Amino acid sequence: MNKPVRKKAPAGVSYFNQKAMTAPYLFWSAAFIIIPLCMIFYYGLTDRSGAFTLENILAIASPEHAKALWLSILLSIISTLVCLVLAYPLAMILTAKNVSHQSFIVLIFILPMWMNFLLRTLAWQTLLEKTGVINSILSFLHLPSLDIINTPYAIVLGMVYNFLPFMVLPLYNSLTKIDPSVVNAARDLGANGVQTFCRVIFPLSIPGVISGITMVFVPALTTFVISNLLGGSKILLIGNVIEQEFTQASNWHLGSGLSIVLMVFILINMVLTAIFDKKGEGTAL
Amino acid sequence: MSTRLIDLVHITKSYDDNTVLDDMNLYIRENEFLTLLGPSGCGKTTTLRIIGGFEKPDQGTVLFNGQDITNLPPNKRQLNTVFQKYALFPHMTIAENIAFGLKIRNKSKAYINDKIKYALKLVNLDGYENRMPDSLSGGQQQRIAIARAIVNEPKLLLLDEPLGALDLKLRQDMQYELIRLKNELGITFIYVTHDQEEALTMSDTIVVMNQGYIQQIGTPEKIYNEPENAFVADFIGDSNIIDSIMVRDELVEILGAKFACVDKGFGTNRPVDVVIRPEDVDLVKPEEGTLQGVVTHLIFKGVHYEMEVTANGFEWLVHSTDMFPVGTKVGIRVDPYDIQIMNKPSSEDEEAVGINE
Amino acid sequence: MIKTTAQKIYVALIFIFMYAPIATLMVLSFNASRTRAKWGGFTLNWYVELFANEDIMQALYNTLLIAFLSALFATVIGTVATISFSGMKRRNRAIFMSITNIPMLNAEIVTGISLMLLFLTLGVRFGFGTILLSHITFNIPYVILSVMPRMKQLNPSVYEAALDLGASPAKAFFKVVFPDLLPGILSGFLMAFTMSLDDFIITHFTKGPGVDTLSTKIYTEVKKGIKPEMYALSSLIFVTVLILLILVNKSPKPKDKVHKAERN
Repeated sequence: MNKPVRKKAPAGVSYFNQKAMTAPYLFWSAAFIIIPLCMIFYYGLTDRSGAFTLENILAIASPEHAKALWLSILLSIISTLVCLVLAYPLAMILTAKNVSHQSFIVLIFILPMWMNFLLRTLAWQTLLEKTGVINSILSFLHLPSLDIINTPYAIVLGMVYNFLPFMVLPLYNSLTKIDPSVVNAARDLGANGVQTFCRVIFPLSIPGVISGITMVFVPALTTFVISNLLGGSKILLIGNVIEQEFTQASNWHLGSGLSIVLMVFILINMVLTAIFDKKGEGTAL
Repeated sequence: MSTRLIDLVHITKSYDDNTVLDDMNLYIRENEFLTLLGPSGCGKTTTLRIIGGFEKPDQGTVLFNGQDITNLPPNKRQLNTVFQKYALFPHMTIAENIAFGLKIRNKSKAYINDKIKYALKLVNLDGYENRMPDSLSGGQQQRIAIARAIVNEPKLLLLDEPLGALDLKLRQDMQYELIRLKNELGITFIYVTHDQEEALTMSDTIVVMNQGYIQQIGTPEKIYNEPENAFVADFIGDSNIIDSIMVRDELVEILGAKFACVDKGFGTNRPVDVVIRPEDVDLVKPEEGTLQGVVTHLIFKGVHYEMEVTANGFEWLVHSTDMFPVGTKVGIRVDPYDIQIMNKPSSEDEEAVGINE
Repeated sequence: MIKTTAQKIYVALIFIFMYAPIATLMVLSFNASRTRAKWGGFTLNWYVELFANEDIMQALYNTLLIAFLSALFATVIGTVATISFSGMKRRNRAIFMSITNIPMLNAEIVTGISLMLLFLTLGVRFGFGTILLSHITFNIPYVILSVMPRMKQLNPSVYEAALDLGASPAKAFFKVVFPDLLPGILSGFLMAFTMSLDDFIITHFTKGPGVDTLSTKIYTEVKKGIKPEMYALSSLIFVTVLILLILVNKSPKPKDKVHKAERN
């Protein structure tokens, strides 16, 4: 008797000829998503003569590659956490204020995009420079100067700046879906503000948290632009290594092999998302 | 039945410029089943939310056992709420839902387990501990919401249209269930509904509200049989509300015909409203009636026939077990004690709370 | 009261953080000095020179054309795919959504490299065409994700009612279903347009020599110093979009008008 009641999905209507409708997209996905991904595996698992090898993948263990990967993982975890800590209160405030969904997305997500992403990131150079805007303000307030340009800190700042909206959006989406009467019920049953947050609000927002983490962690882990623009040319992340293999060294096999390693991390992320975010709340716009 | 559990004193509440409650005074006695009844927007839910602590009144005080709790947050109040759409925690099992309030109060594991068993038995859902809320039907979820509230042994249970989302048959079953629970637990219920039948079935006391004002407080019988104004008469059941003139004590002129009644003290030749319930209108042969009319509509309703009779320009609504075909000339007679006399609204303010549907 | 003030300050700080670089770029577009580091006085010079700079104008043209075409194709393919989604079996739906999610969840660098390898293997000449194909690919999911919620909200009975009242399937679809999807389709198009416009990474891997979008042009300029004309152009684009957004928000929605008319 303890069998859960299965809810049946409502039967959809199919419009027009369904097969003909699905075909263009299936063709496109196969040609430009599936096959290209297979190409990475092909190149990653072969050498220049076309023979099978694991060398390109094992190359990740070489000191310089391992160092780049480790730094990438470290910096992307830090920026993901910073994004989560910054975004959660923001998402909660915006949810409580009943900001319209549309204008919120536009303001935090779409509008900044109309100023080129490279320029926006570069602008942080100007802001962070020794005699830049931020240090001028700090010295005016008699505070110690912030000397982080061309350091990993600047890269973290660039990551947080670029990917914060990807954290806010899924959090906001999952928080607005929480029925206010459920929160009231927790209060009514004796929970104080902190208890209500820990036992009801946060657990119910987990799909948003997970997909926010995915949406920030993946681009942060794989970036080569932000480290290039804000880290000087000395700090190499795994993204920089791969990019150089393709654009400078022209060693596509090694580049593909390292990409496969990256994809393992991405795959773990996708699986986590699939488990925790079944309804696709996070990615829905 | 004498101690006052809740006292609402001069409560006023408005949203923006819209006054939802205007200087409301109401008390609820211990162990009472009190229903706040009215159309949507009458202020009944706001009243409940103020008692629950989810809204603060702009003015006035809320007393609980004589103590001022106006500014106390909901989690500090000795009362619990059953929410309109159940508001079960979707990420917790039924057992975890019921245990929520007890865990917050740091009760022992054994105590909590006993309580869960007891509460599930009470609402006839034993064995559902490990189910998730969304695998339950609406009626079952509602029972769990009640179980979750009562395990905390509140002195007062607030119920906000708890049966509103259920279908008719289930609603009727749950009404009896609630009365049984109330009697078994011996706690005070404040119940909010817009369904007059629900209110009449379950309550000790009904408070009829409209547009932020209390229209009448009384037992179900009193509210039904002796409505104090046209709004109450119209909102509670069907009724014929007719402009009339009180000729003198115990005599009223309705649509030009003089009817004997039992009310006194309205003065002489004063305009009044008269309420006559459809089942209190007796249809007789034309010559035996006080008024004469013609049947214009006839519908079979199961237990009775519903007819409309036009007499002296007024459409009388009549419920009768006798059938008179459309076109029949009939006489209308009303027993004196079935005629309810009401004062006309004296000011525009009161007019505003008049009939609007 | 303290709480709400603190909340306002917090939101304001985040927005300052998000918009400070944009403000900086706007200020730089009026900077007479060629370097970012120092302020050399106010000038409108870059706005004038911008239009004389053929490289930048060509890159702008490429960027806008690719954004428009890729958004258009993505909208058509994505919308058709979403419409077919509603009649699918549960299992096919799941596969469909997983494929859609790949470009969203995958790293841009991987998507870029994979497409580069595809074009290399096929021997396609890198240039405008390869950029366009790549942009269409990563834009389709954005269209699907904005049309999908509308599709799910659709009441199938409306379509069936139209058929019942004698409309042909095509007529029923375009008269009753399509109008409901339209807001989702439009926002999907705008989303795709914006994503294409702001893309650098995938363009970087799929462009050929001689073809540049604004992003790739800026990237090549980073080492030798960004031409201030770029700041002027970006500021112009940003302000234009901002003004458009404000105008759209200010203009009363058609629905409101109807209500007002009824009340009067």
